Order: sequence, then structure tokens, then C-alpha cells
Amino acid sequence: MRAITGFERLLQMRVLMDAEAIRQSLDELAERIVASIPDGGDIGLVGIRSRGELVAERLAAGLKQRLNCDFPCGTLDITLYRDDLNVPRGKQQPVVRGTEIDFDINDKVIILVDDVLYTGRSARAAMDALMDLGRPKAIRLAVLVDRGGHEMPIAADFAGRRADIGPHERISVRLTEADGIDQVIVE
Amino acid sequence: MSDNQDKLTWTHKHLLGLKDLSRQEIEFILDTAKGFEEISTRSIKKAPALRGKVVVNLFFEDSTRTRNSFTLAANRLSADVVEFTKKSSSVSKGETLIDTARNLEAMGIDIVVIRHNAGGAAKLLSRHIKACIINAGDGYNEHPTQALLDVYTIRQARGSLDGLKIGIVGDIAHSRVARSNIWAMTKLGAEVTLIGPPTLMPPKVDELPVRVSYNLDAVIEELDVINMLRIQFERLGGNPFPSVREYSHFFGLTVERVARAKPDLMVMHPGPINRGLEIESEVADGPNSVILQQVANGLAVRMAVLFLVNQGAAEQGKER
Repeated sequence: MRAITGFERLLQMRVLMDAEAIRQSLDELAERIVASIPDGGDIGLVGIRSRGELVAERLAAGLKQRLNCDFPCGTLDITLYRDDLNVPRGKQQPVVRGTEIDFDINDKVIILVDDVLYTGRSARAAMDALMDLGRPKAIRLAVLVDRGGHEMPIAADFAGRRADIGPHERISVRLTEADGIDQVIVE
Repeated sequence: MSDNQDKLTWTHKHLLGLKDLSRQEIEFILDTAKGFEEISTRSIKKAPALRGKVVVNLFFEDSTRTRNSFTLAANRLSADVVEFTKKSSSVSKGETLIDTARNLEAMGIDIVVIRHNAGGAAKLLSRHIKACIINAGDGYNEHPTQALLDVYTIRQARGSLDGLKIGIVGDIAHSRVARSNIWAMTKLGAEVTLIGPPTLMPPKVDELPVRVSYNLDAVIEELDVINMLRIQFERLGGNPFPSVREYSHFFGLTVERVARAKPDLMVMHPGPINRGLEIESEVADGPNSVILQQVANGLAVRMAVLFLVNQGAAEQGKER
């Protein structure tokens, strides 16, 4: 098969969510998290590097707006817990950037946040990583997009958007803080 | 953290020295090491990255710091560690280096951390066995993880080595630490001055990217970082200086000399220290000293190196 040119890739690209859709989804996510956790007591948010970190920060802001108090928010690097470390990955080689969680996760309800739920392997790795940091009261999974195709017995407790994206398509979440634009793209 | 990490794919399955690494590769190791610091602050100080891998500490020379640091680093990444020392092995029965390593390899090992009194030993090993090789000191040649933790410590305090003036003082001739330091520091943009008596300067010193000074007092005031090396009496032949007292008088780091240096001079030492010889106790334990910070950082750096060589092996597609 001949290589796909940049222009052809552009033609195959479609926007799954625009900025407004992302904003609405995050609003709904925050609303449902609040509804499911009465009094919002002892919630901590943990985003998976790198886009999950940004989604977590936005969710934390959303929760603050609703409950009028600050929620601790940290970042989890799951590289050391991945199940494909001994597989050549070339340009997709995972890079260690470190976990930054400066609050005690013991006995908290941890909202684990990622941009996309696909195979469930990142969530599996993230749960193992969290368990090495302490013993949370519960772990809930919140994602902006659940694209289906799960390979692990893992489901999102909160998903902003559910979509069936085929295994040959790639989904990428772009957020203003890192990419200059709010957009979810399928290509 | 750093864009540098996005640009590079790590493909080296050995760490033999720093001479042949690029600035970008050295910075990649340092950036990666930063991600490992957090592990040592947890209640469960462990991650499963090297679970099921076997690391052999193959030490033909004495070491406490480096060996323990590698053992702990490997343990924290969940690898199994086999300790090998010269005294309790078949080496004392006449077995060669390569035979020893091949026998270890037949047991199914993944990473060899080697220290040997012959320069080039690590490289030699890398040509004969399939495992990843990490040089933990070979003769007078290199001691890459020591230099990495040194530059890591400087970067941690100063952000960057660019433009820093660094003095390396003492027994340069017999120091693999100095050699690895020179490569790492100059590649990262520092200006390195070697300081010591002419008898302790290495041959062909003029071919190294450094300045040489035989007078510590003449340069102490301009230095940002000073790395004090131990006099390696076990390697010295002849009489490189008239007496220990005279060496100490001219090249020892005293309170008085530190007082004349920049107030934020970083005082480093790779250990073990000979208190009162190359460095006064008050200086070694004083506010300018980062000696224990170096040891702490050594753990994160070695975790990163163990992790990366394994990743490099995976990239090379070698099923081990």
C-alpha cells in the first residue's frame, strides 16, 4: 500500500467534538460526579499523563464551581506500570516524566481521569500505580471519550461522550493548554 | 517537563561511557531520572518496570556506594539482583572475564552492571554477550553513572550547566570519575578546569576539552562548582607529591579557600572522602556541600539508566 499523504490524511480527518461540545461534556461530567458523591467529601482527582492531566484540571475547576471548595488534583505517570515495556515502540516509545501527586490518597475517593478510554490497559496500569501510593477508599474512572474496543474488564464510571471508533482509526484529544485548540479528532 | 524527551527515541542497550553520547542523549537520561525521584518518596518504594528481569552486579573491584546504589535501584524497579564479587567467585580460580560473563548469561540474565580494573572491560563484554551492559567504572576510563549523577545534582541546583565554571581537583590521572565528568560537563555547556599537581594530570591532557591549572588558589574565586577527587593511593605508583601534608596545603579544600570563593560555590565529592586530606570536615559537612545530595540523586539516575537500557534492548527487538 502506498503511503498516505498529509492532504489525504486531512480529508480522512473528522471532528468528533468541537470546543463547545468539549465544554458541555466536561460540565456534564462534573455534574454527574457531584451527583454521585454526596457532599463531595474526600474527592481527589488524578489525571493520567499527559492529556488526562489537563482534563483532570478542568474537572477540578468544574467541581470547585459547583461545591465551592478546592479539590486536590495530581498527575500520574503510568509508564513504569505499562504492560508493553518490552515491546519495541519506536517513535511512540513511552517516556518517564514522573508522578506528581502531593496529597494523601489514603481513604479518598479518587477520580481517575483520562482523555480517552480505549483498550483499558492504561486504566489497569493507573490502578496499579495508585495502589503503590496508598489505599484509596474507591477509584472511579472518568474520561472525556469512551471509544469502545475495551480489552480489559474495565468500564468508565463517567464518560463525556461514547462513540464506536474502529480499531484502524486514531482518536486524538487536543486541548488549548497544550495544543492551542479544543478539539477531538478522528483520523 | 522537557521537549527533548519527545524528540528522541532511546535505542541504546548499553551504557559504556559518556564520551560517545550526544548532549541530547545525556539530557534525555537526566530528564528521565527526574521522573524516578518520586518513587523513593513513597511508602511503597517500588515500581514493576523491570519485573522478571535479572540484574547482575559484576564487581571486580571494591565498591560500597555504587554497588549498593545499583542494587537498590534495581530492587526499586522490581528486578532480581545477583551479587557477584571477585573474592567469592571462580575468578580467584583463574576464570577469564568473558567466561565468567558467559556463564552468568547461561543462567538467563538481562543486565550486567560491571566494574573492572581494566579500561574497556565493559565494552569488551558488550561484544561477547547479549545482555545489556552498564559500566560502573572501568580502569581509568569512565564511570558514567557517577558523572550523570554529578551533572544531575548541578542541574537540580542551577537549572543548567551552560556557562558554569567547574573545577575538578586532585588525582585526575587515575580518575575515571574525572574523565566521565569532563565529557558530561563540557557536552552540557560548562567550562571545565582540571586542577592538581602536574604529576597527577593524565597523559595527553591537552587533547581534552579542558583548561589545566596547577594552582587552586589562582582559580578558586571564579568557580561555580568544585568537584574534589580522592587521592587514590591504591592506584598511585612512585611519589606524585612530596607528602600528604603538602598536597593538602596546596590542593585541599579548606574553610579559608571556600571563604574566598563565590558564596554559592557547590562543593562536590564522589566519595569516599578522606577527611582532612582533599577536603576539610567543616567544608564536607558545610552549607556549600551537596555530597549527600549526590548520593541520593545517584539512586534516581541509576534507576533511569537501568530502565533505559532495558527499553533500548526492547527497541532493538532482542527477545531476551
